[in-house]
Amino acid sequence: MNKIKSLEDLRKMKQNLEHGMNIREKSNEPESLVQIRVAMATCGIASGARTVMNTLVEKIEKEKIPAVVTQGGCMGYCYAEPTIEVRVPGKDPVVFGYVDSAKAIEIVEKYIVNGELLDGIIPTNYKTINDKN
Amino acid sequence: MAQYKMHLLVCGGTGCRASESEQIVENLKSEIKNLGLENDAQVVTTGCFGFCEKGPIVKIIPDNTFYTQVKKEDCAEIIREHVLKGRKVSRLLYEDPETQKHIEDSKHMGFYQKQMRIALRNCGFIDPENVDEYIARDGYAALGKILSEMTPEEAIDILKKSGLRGRGGGGFPTGLKWEIASKNKADQKYVVCNADEGDPGAFMDRSILEGDPHSIIEAMAICGYCIGASKGIVYIRAEYPLAIKRLKVAARQAREYGLLGEQILGSDFSFDIELRYGAGAFVCGEETALIHSMEGLRGEPTVKPPFPAEKGYLGKPTNVNNVETFANVPAIYLKGTEWYSSIGTEKSKGTKVFALAGKINNVGLIEVPMGITLREVIYEIGGGIKDGKKFKAVQTGGPSGGCLTEKHLDTPIDFDNLIAAGSMMGSGGMIVMDEDDCMVSVAKFYLEFTVEESCGKCAPCRIGNKRLHEMLEKITSGKGVPEDIEYLKNLSRVIKDTSLCGLGQTSPNPVLSTIENFYDEYLAHVTERICPAGSCKALKLYTIIADKCTGCTACVRACPVDAITGEKRQPHVIDPDKCIRCGACYEKCKFTAIHVQ
Amino acid sequence: MENIKIKIDNIDVEVAKGTTIYQAAKKVGIDIPVLCYLNLEHLNIESRPGGCRICVVEVEGRRNLAPSCSTECTPGMVINTHNLRVMNARKTVLELILSDHPKECLTCSSSGQCDLQTLSQKMGIREIHAVEHAEMSTYRKDFSPALKRDMDKCIMCRRCETICNEVQTVGALSAVNRGFMAVVAPAFEQDLVDSPCTFCGQCVAVCPTGALTPYDDTQKVLRALADPTKTVIVQTAPAVRAALGEEFGLEPGTLVTGKMVAALRSLGFDKVFDTDFAADLTIMEEGTELLGRISKFLKGDKDVKLPILTSCCPAWVNFFEEYYPCMLDIPSTARSPQQMFGSIAKNYYTQLMGVKREDLVVVSVMPCLAKKYECQREEFITDGNPDVDFSISTRELASLIKSCNMNFDKLPDEDFDNPLGESTGAGVIFGVTGGVIEAAVRTAYEIHTGKKLNKVDFTELRGLEGIRMATIDFDGTPIHIGIAHQLGNARKLLDGIRSGMYNFHAIEIMACPGGCIGGAGQPLHHGDSSIIKARSEAIYREDSQKKLRKSHENPYIIKLYEEFLGHPMSEKAHHLLHTHYFEKDKI
Repeated sequence: MNKIKSLEDLRKMKQNLEHGMNIREKSNEPESLVQIRVAMATCGIASGARTVMNTLVEKIEKEKIPAVVTQGGCMGYCYAEPTIEVRVPGKDPVVFGYVDSAKAIEIVEKYIVNGELLDGIIPTNYKTINDKN
Repeated sequence: MAQYKMHLLVCGGTGCRASESEQIVENLKSEIKNLGLENDAQVVTTGCFGFCEKGPIVKIIPDNTFYTQVKKEDCAEIIREHVLKGRKVSRLLYEDPETQKHIEDSKHMGFYQKQMRIALRNCGFIDPENVDEYIARDGYAALGKILSEMTPEEAIDILKKSGLRGRGGGGFPTGLKWEIASKNKADQKYVVCNADEGDPGAFMDRSILEGDPHSIIEAMAICGYCIGASKGIVYIRAEYPLAIKRLKVAARQAREYGLLGEQILGSDFSFDIELRYGAGAFVCGEETALIHSMEGLRGEPTVKPPFPAEKGYLGKPTNVNNVETFANVPAIYLKGTEWYSSIGTEKSKGTKVFALAGKINNVGLIEVPMGITLREVIYEIGGGIKDGKKFKAVQTGGPSGGCLTEKHLDTPIDFDNLIAAGSMMGSGGMIVMDEDDCMVSVAKFYLEFTVEESCGKCAPCRIGNKRLHEMLEKITSGKGVPEDIEYLKNLSRVIKDTSLCGLGQTSPNPVLSTIENFYDEYLAHVTERICPAGSCKALKLYTIIADKCTGCTACVRACPVDAITGEKRQPHVIDPDKCIRCGACYEKCKFTAIHVQ
Repeated sequence: MENIKIKIDNIDVEVAKGTTIYQAAKKVGIDIPVLCYLNLEHLNIESRPGGCRICVVEVEGRRNLAPSCSTECTPGMVINTHNLRVMNARKTVLELILSDHPKECLTCSSSGQCDLQTLSQKMGIREIHAVEHAEMSTYRKDFSPALKRDMDKCIMCRRCETICNEVQTVGALSAVNRGFMAVVAPAFEQDLVDSPCTFCGQCVAVCPTGALTPYDDTQKVLRALADPTKTVIVQTAPAVRAALGEEFGLEPGTLVTGKMVAALRSLGFDKVFDTDFAADLTIMEEGTELLGRISKFLKGDKDVKLPILTSCCPAWVNFFEEYYPCMLDIPSTARSPQQMFGSIAKNYYTQLMGVKREDLVVVSVMPCLAKKYECQREEFITDGNPDVDFSISTRELASLIKSCNMNFDKLPDEDFDNPLGESTGAGVIFGVTGGVIEAAVRTAYEIHTGKKLNKVDFTELRGLEGIRMATIDFDGTPIHIGIAHQLGNARKLLDGIRSGMYNFHAIEIMACPGGCIGGAGQPLHHGDSSIIKARSEAIYREDSQKKLRKSHENPYIIKLYEEFLGHPMSEKAHHLLHTHYFEKDKI
C-alpha cells in the first residue's frame, strides 16, 4: 500500500472508494431516494429482468441519480414482464411493464429525472408488495 | 471498489460469531459462486448490528432485508430465493412481538426506527477489517482536516462547543478535559483509550472496537494532536480477543497508509498507538486505577487530585477517554458542532449507546439521542415487556446505577436527569425488570457484583459493601427487622460520602434507589416477612386451605422435612418453622389446596 | 512560596501551597484522627494511601467528604472537621473496620500499643452495629523466626507495604486479593521465609494493630532462667539502653543503662554482659580487615575488593544475599557483635568458667527482629547448639520486667559484669547510623598512622540523612566513606557503586531508620520520628561520657587477644569471629 501523503490524496482516494459503498449509503436512507424495484421472479428473469436491472444500476450510478435499485419477487403481472416499480418520494408508486434496457433508460431520464409521464404504466388498482401482508 | 448490485452484510461481532456467523459467510460465498453471481452480490463481514438477541444477523442491501437467527443451513436458500429470484425468505424475517407479523426491512423495525447512530455509525455497515470502506465513509477526513486546517486550540474549541461529555460514566466535558491536558507542559504526554468495559451486560465499547476500530484510532490521533501527545495506548480487556484482533489489523492498515506513524498526512504530527491488556478488573475502568494497571502496578485508584491530565501514566500528563466518547469525535469534526449540539438536551448533547437487557422483548445494543424517554426506549425500541408482564423498574448505569420506576418513564434521559432521579448514566447499561422481580433481591444482586469487584483499598468500599450485601441477604432470607432499613440507608450514604473512587461512591445506589422507590417492598420483607414479588424463596409461606384439603396425605409423603401433619381424611397443616419452602407439597397436591404467599 | 488562606472549623489559617488539610489543621491545634496515614518527618518517610477514610472532613462545595491526609489546601477552602455528617461518617467507617477485626484485645500482643484500639477509645465507639451477621476476612497465619503475621487483624493501612517497597525496597509485601479479602502479603500469599523478606521488621514497627508482631521467645528465656542446671547470661545491644525507658514512661532519649542492668540481674541472669564489648571486638576484626584491604589497594593490588561493607546488620546481610549475590565478596566477613559475643561466650567464657557449652544459655536483648533470625542461621550453630540461644527485643524485655513486678524507675543503677561487660564509647555508637564506621575510623586511624587522635568525634559521619558521604584524612591518605541507613538508601548506594558513580573505601549500612535505635524491636514510635532523634542523641551522650572511646583501648579486648585469640584476623579469630555469605534465591 502506498502512504497517503496529504488531505488531498485522502479525498481523492475517498472519491474512488465511495463508489463501491454507494449502494449501502443509499440503503441507509431509502425514504429520501427514488426506489426502483425490479421484479425478479422466474417470469421476470426469463423475460430479461436481470439485464434491465444491470442497465438501471449502471445508469443511475453514471448519472449520480439519487435512486436505489432493489429486486423483488413476482408482482403478479407475468404477462407484462419485465416489470419495475418506481417510487418517487412524495408520489404514489408506479409500475411499468414490458421494460427493456431502452425503456429502463427512458424511465430514468423522463419519469424520474424530469417527472414526465410515460407510457407503459400498468394502470390498475394493484397493491404494492409492501401492502401484500 | 467493484460495483455490486447486492451486499450481504453478515454480523461478525462476538455474539453472532458464537453462533457460527463465520460459517454463514463461507456458505453464502460458496452458494454465490455456485450460482455464478460473483459479480452481482458481495458478502461483507461487519461489526455488530446491536440486535444480538436475534443473531446471527444477515442484512441484505439495498432493500434492508433483515434476516435473524440465520443458520448456516439457511444460506443456500437465501441466495437462491432472495439474491437470485428476489423472493424474501420470510421465515427468517424479524417477527414483531406484538403483531406477530414479519417485518421485511430494518427500516420498519421498531428496534431501529427510534435509533440514531453516531458512535455506531459504521457498526454493522462496513467491514471493520477493511480500511478502504472506512475511508469511503469519510474516514480519517476529520483527522486530515484538523491537521491541515486547524491549530490544536481551534480543534479543542470545536469539541468544547459541541458539548460532548465523557461516555464512560462521569460525563465530564471532553473538550475541557483535552484542554486541561493540552495546557500541562511536558516532554511526553499520552492519550489513553479506556476500553476496560466492565459493567455486566454492557458491550458498546466492544461493539465499537469490533465494528469500527478505525474511528477510535482516528479519534485518538486527533486527541494526540490537540493535547500534544505522540503516543496513544488502548487499555483493553484481554477477554475481548476479537476487538483486540480488529484493532491490531486496523492499526497495521493505518500505519501502512501513513495514518499512524511519522508525519501523518504530510503534517509535522506524528502519532502511534499500542495496546495494553487488562485482566478484567471492574475497578480498572477508573482512570487512576487503569493507569496503575498499565504501569504494571496493582489496579487500584489513588486520590485525585492530581488528575491524570496533570500526572498520569508514568507521571506524565495523560488524557483518558472511553471508547464511545472517542467514537463520537470524528463525526463531530466532519459534521460540525451545530449539527452535533442540535441533538440531545441542553446539557447532554448527542446520542448515547445503551445495552438494553432484562425482561424486555428486544434485547440488544441501541444508540438513541439524549433526551429520549425511557418509555420510548422500553416500549418502542425494546418492544415492551416480555410475556405481557407489567413493567416494574429499569436499572440504568450498570451495577452502581439506580432503579427508576413508572414515574420516571417520561423523564428525558440525560446525564443530569438520571442523577436527579437517583440513578446515573454510567456506561449505559439498561436492565428492565417486571412484576416478578423483587427489588431487595435486585439490590442484593448488584451489591454482589460490587463486593466482588471492589479493589479493597479503602475501608468503606471494602467492608461497607460487604456489610450492605450481608444485610440484604438477611432481609431476603426473612430475618430482617425494620431497623435494618435505616441501617442500610445510613451505611449507604456513608459509603458514598467517604469512598475513595467512583466505584464506592456509587455502589450503594441500587440500595438507596430501591429503598426510595420501593420502600413498601422492603417493609413487607422486614415486618410481614413476605416478598411481594414472590421471588424470595425464604419468604414464601406455604399454607393448606382447609376447605380444599381432602386429607389424602400425598403432601405428607412428599414433604422432605415432615413439616405437614394431620389426621387422614382431615385437613392438614404445614408447620412454617419446619417448612423449607421446597414446594414439593404444592407440586403433589391434586386439589390445589396448597396456598403460596 | 505563595501562601493559601483557608478556614478550618471557623479558624483562619494561612499555609504554604502544597500543605494538606491534615497538616493545616495540626498547625492550629486541631488533631484530625488518622489511621493509615504515616509521616516520619525526620526520616523523610510518608505514606498516605488515603485508604482508611478515618480522616475525612467536609469541604464546602465538594460533593463528597475529603480525606484530609491527602487533600491539599486550595485558596478559600472552608473546612469542617467535626460536624454531624463528618462525625457520623467517621464513626461508621471505624465501626466497619472494627466489624472486620478480631475482638480479642484482651489477649492481643499489641493491646495498649494498638492505634486502632486507641482510636476507637478516642471516638467513643461503644458498640458495632449489625456485627452479628458480619463475616470476617480470615487468613492463614504465618510464623517466621523473626515475626508473625496474623492478617485477620490487618486493616489495610498499607504502611507495611510502603515501608517494605518504597523505603526498604525489599518488595516482600504487597496487597493481594481483591475486595473484602484484600490483604497485604508476600507474593502468592507464601510464607515470609520463602519471600525476599530480610526480617528488618520495619513493617512491624509501623503496623498500627497486632497484624504484624515479633516472634517472641520470652517464655523460653524464663524457662532457662528457672533451670538450675543452666548458666544463663545476657548481652544487651547498645541501642536498647537509649529506648527501654520509654516503655516505663520516661522521656525518649533517657539513658537507662544502670537500671537495665539491675533489672536483668534481678530477673535472674547469672551474668549481665554488654554487646558493646563485642562491638569493640568487631572493630578490631573489621577495622583490621579494612586496613588490610586498603593497604593492599594502596600498594597497587588490583584484586583487592573495595569498598568494604559493614556486616553488623543482619537484615542488611539478608538484603545483599538476596539482591546483590554478585557482590558477596565485598562485605566484611566479620560476624555481627551479637554473634561475636555468642561465639566468645560459648568458646572462651565457657573455658573461663568451666561450664559445658550446652549448659551455657546466651540470651541477647536486641532492638532488632532480624537478630532473632540471625541467631538461628546454621553457620552460628555448633552441634545443634547455637552461639546465641535466644534473642528478645527491647519491648519484650520491658514486658518481662513489668511482669516480674519491678518498679523500673526506682531500680538502682548497676554495672555490667566482667569480662564481657566492659566497653568503650566506640562500642556504644554502634547503635546509631554512622556509628560503626566512626568507631572503625577511630581505631583504624590510630593503627594506620601510629598517631593518637586528638579529636575522636567525627561529626561529619553523623546525622539522619539517608545517604551520607565523607572523606577522612588518614594522615595524608584520603579515605572515602559512605553511609546509608534504610535498605532503599543502601540499594541506591550499591547501585551507584556498581555503575561506577561512587568510589568508596568503606561503607556502613544499617537497615533501620536511624540505625539500631530505630530497630523494629524498640518501643513503637507511633509515627513520631522525633523519638528516633532523641535516642540518637542519647547514644552520642553515652559515648562522650565514656572514659575509653576507642575499641582497641578496651583492656578486656586486649586481654582477650592476649589470652585467647592471638591477634586480629588470626586463624582462631577467623574461625570464631568471621563468617561467609550465601546467595539466596527467592521470588
